[in-house]
Amino acid sequence: MKVLAIASAGGHWIQLLRLMPAFEQHEIIFASTRQSFSETVSSYKFYAVPDANRWNKFKLIYMGAAISRLVLAVKPDIVVTTGAAPGLMGLLAGKLFGAKTIWVDSIANVEKLSLSGRLALLFADRTYTQWEGLATPKVHYHGNVLS
Amino acid sequence: MIFVTTGTQEPFDRLIKAMDEIACSLQETEVVAQVAASEFQPKNMAAHKFLPPKEFNELFNKADLIVSHAGMGTIISALVKQKPIVVLPRLAKFSEHRNDHQLATARAFEKLEYVHAAYSLEELRVKLQQLTLKEPGELHRIGQYASKELINSLQNFIVS
Repeated sequence: MKVLAIASAGGHWIQLLRLMPAFEQHEIIFASTRQSFSETVSSYKFYAVPDANRWNKFKLIYMGAAISRLVLAVKPDIVVTTGAAPGLMGLLAGKLFGAKTIWVDSIANVEKLSLSGRLALLFADRTYTQWEGLATPKVHYHGNVLS
Repeated sequence: MIFVTTGTQEPFDRLIKAMDEIACSLQETEVVAQVAASEFQPKNMAAHKFLPPKEFNELFNKADLIVSHAGMGTIISALVKQKPIVVLPRLAKFSEHRNDHQLATARAFEKLEYVHAAYSLEELRVKLQQLTLKEPGELHRIGQYASKELINSLQNFIVS
């Protein structure tokens, strides 16, 4: 299996790396918004993608196109993300190109899922929260990125 | 040594200004800050705009106490490295973030006793005075990876 693991720089990326044992028996390809992060996953394939948030529509379209191209080139079986907007775009592109898609909402979201998480919930094959209180029949809770 | 970090995204002048004042009153404790896009020029502490990861980690490892926004990157790093941390949540009313989710993060992690939290600058000052008087105790240790339960659930879902 080919797993595309994608997250924005900062806390999202740190949380994604903590899920690594779940993917280790598969081929992992990483993507994030900062080229220098390739050093933190030096034994894996890494792609830098543009960053954007919902406040800048032009950048959002540019990012969406770049991430769709990446997903088309990589052809992953699984796309997994811990957020934020670039991860959502990766999931959407993955879904369109036939991959199984997994959203893990950031542990920062204690009171409700992030906006991106609520959008992911509409189409992702699996959505996780890291807080038991936010679990629903569609939002899974199985612990968190801490241990 | 106290290491102050605002994360790398938005400026957080409220924290930097407050820490500059507090640094003046904390005798014998060195304060070093990574201020990112902050406009404010601190006078009483060493300030770096952006630090390369290696230097950032060196300061983080050397610190006795971390002071930061309530961002998960910094909180998780502090838990992994067993550094006591005080967080001041970014608030939307000061345009420090798009919403107030850091307030909820700080409250939840404080309740678990994973972080010390300050919800006002006055509270930050008092907490830092208390914490620097004695050796700040360890909060909570975490391992390198997510909980076994989450890893197992992901593994099973991938091959299902």
